[in-house]
Amino acid sequence: MASAAPIAVRARGIVKEFPSGGAATRVLHGIDLEVEAGRLTLLVGPSGCGKTTLLSILTGILSPTGGEVDVMGERITSLRGPRKVLFRRDRLGFVFQQYNLLPALTAAENAAIPLIAAGLPLAAATARARATLARIGMREHSEKLPNQLSGGQLQRVAIARALVHEPALIVCDEPTAALDEHTGQTVMQILREIAGDPRHAVLVVTHDNRVHHFADRIVSMNDGRITGELAPPRPQEVPHAHA
Amino acid sequence: MNRIALKMLLGDRAKYLGLIFGIGFATLLMSQQVSIFIGLMSRTASQILDVREPDVWVMHPRVKYIDEIEAMPEVELSRVRGVEGVAWAVPLYKGNAVIRSPEGLLQQVILMGLDDGSLVGRPPQILLGSLADLKRPNALMLDRAGHEFIWPGEPLRIGRVVEVNDRRVEIVAIAKASPPFVTFPVVYTRYSEALRFTPPQRNKLSFVVAKAAAGVGPAELARRIRARTGLQALTWSEFAWRSVRHYIERTGIPVNFGITVTLGFIVGAAVAAQTFYIFVLENLRQFGALKAIGVTDRQILGMVVLQALVVGGLGYAIGIGLCALFFWATSDVTALLGFVLRWQVMAGTGVAVAAIMLLSSLASIRKVFVLDPAVVFRG
Repeated sequence: MASAAPIAVRARGIVKEFPSGGAATRVLHGIDLEVEAGRLTLLVGPSGCGKTTLLSILTGILSPTGGEVDVMGERITSLRGPRKVLFRRDRLGFVFQQYNLLPALTAAENAAIPLIAAGLPLAAATARARATLARIGMREHSEKLPNQLSGGQLQRVAIARALVHEPALIVCDEPTAALDEHTGQTVMQILREIAGDPRHAVLVVTHDNRVHHFADRIVSMNDGRITGELAPPRPQEVPHAHA
Repeated sequence: MNRIALKMLLGDRAKYLGLIFGIGFATLLMSQQVSIFIGLMSRTASQILDVREPDVWVMHPRVKYIDEIEAMPEVELSRVRGVEGVAWAVPLYKGNAVIRSPEGLLQQVILMGLDDGSLVGRPPQILLGSLADLKRPNALMLDRAGHEFIWPGEPLRIGRVVEVNDRRVEIVAIAKASPPFVTFPVVYTRYSEALRFTPPQRNKLSFVVAKAAAGVGPAELARRIRARTGLQALTWSEFAWRSVRHYIERTGIPVNFGITVTLGFIVGAAVAAQTFYIFVLENLRQFGALKAIGVTDRQILGMVVLQALVVGGLGYAIGIGLCALFFWATSDVTALLGFVLRWQVMAGTGVAVAAIMLLSSLASIRKVFVLDPAVVFRG
């Protein structure tokens, strides 16, 4: 897809092999991918096609067997050890399928973790986290513990945690998989609004075709390869779309 | 991240309390048993430690410890006095006797005979009466434990007449003596009286205790006495340690206490390590998320170490507190006299607890360090 938007992520020739019984199993076969800032990009494909592995490589959690990844102009595949961890902390935001919130912390404290990890004092960090929670409609829940929140609210806290430090790239792994349809649509709407800000690129891995209409761009994967791009459907073409 | 670490710890109350209980129990068991062991071993040398004035104890060469005495001829006192560097040397009797109370109660006692002139060998504290009255004929000083054995529940009183080996004597003072290992009461009289109270023997001189002259060290004086007299001469600390070592080597006491203390360490370590390990394991996914988000291994290490320090510190404080409470509450119990919680035991137990928490932390943190943060992408 041709675009004038700045490139947030550029991956070239990504190969990933995992050792398997003395041999190597190749799960990614030379992937080229660009993710633009100010857009919501969906990465779709069947289970086991390598979406999550690619996501892990794009965020520096896994190292590729071959190929290079640049995130906001920084070659993340060249970073090593703590520098890579700090890059993730400062430039990336994560939304996980299972939320992964700390049960003993309030919503605001959970959302503040990237700031606290970066050394911001707890009070200042939680104040910023409350503002971020308010931005996504969670103002009245900021002092609640995770066990007092619904699935959709938990995912919104996770989104606040991904957003609180204004990262360049927000990656979401199956953010609607654990949610009912209505809640999933609400979460995707929030991500859609975040992606409208040109400071952020949002990359969502999903196999939920009910959320395709939120995307600016849909990249399709199968068997460790990019197989093409799908045209995002218009909302009226999607049954029960709440966008 | 410290506040987050503490909130994670306090958030799981059952495991938090379990950890503190485990550490507290281990601390109590280790410190209490070690204190009782040290107290028991100190009792084996209590009559040596109570005699503060002399530097050197002189005895028959075959004496192995304080409770196994082979008496020497009286002439040995003069020989010791003749050694260069001796400021003074006096006789000290130690033997057993039987006291019969007016009520007919028989009580085996340790009889100490102090030098008639100087009363060297007296106990450290007189509770009732006067030490000077010991110079009267047929006078006896009884320790508090003896008074409680013979007249249980009665207030301390002097002036009573008892029989020592069938000789009538008057109790002129009550002293506080360190309890001996064998739990017999200790009674004091003058050396000459002790010889009179005890059955006739060819030799009756148990010990000669000597003070070094100015400029002569106790070890040097002991060496000179050994060289000049052929007798066994030991500084008070050498003699005390020799008595302690005898009981350590010849009895099963250290083994039994050692087993209990080791069990305390193992149980504490097992409970704490397992609970802490499970605590970290159950939070592994959260730790994985923190690693993915960008929390460094060093920060996670700091979090786990802080959690270990908090539970270790609180558990140790509670365990040591309970141990101190035990010894405070039993400080007036005659059977437990001399058993105290020493700072060395507190420090040693602290090191053991630190080792337990270090082991627990290492086992747990390894799991976090090798954790692939990609685990958070798996549903």
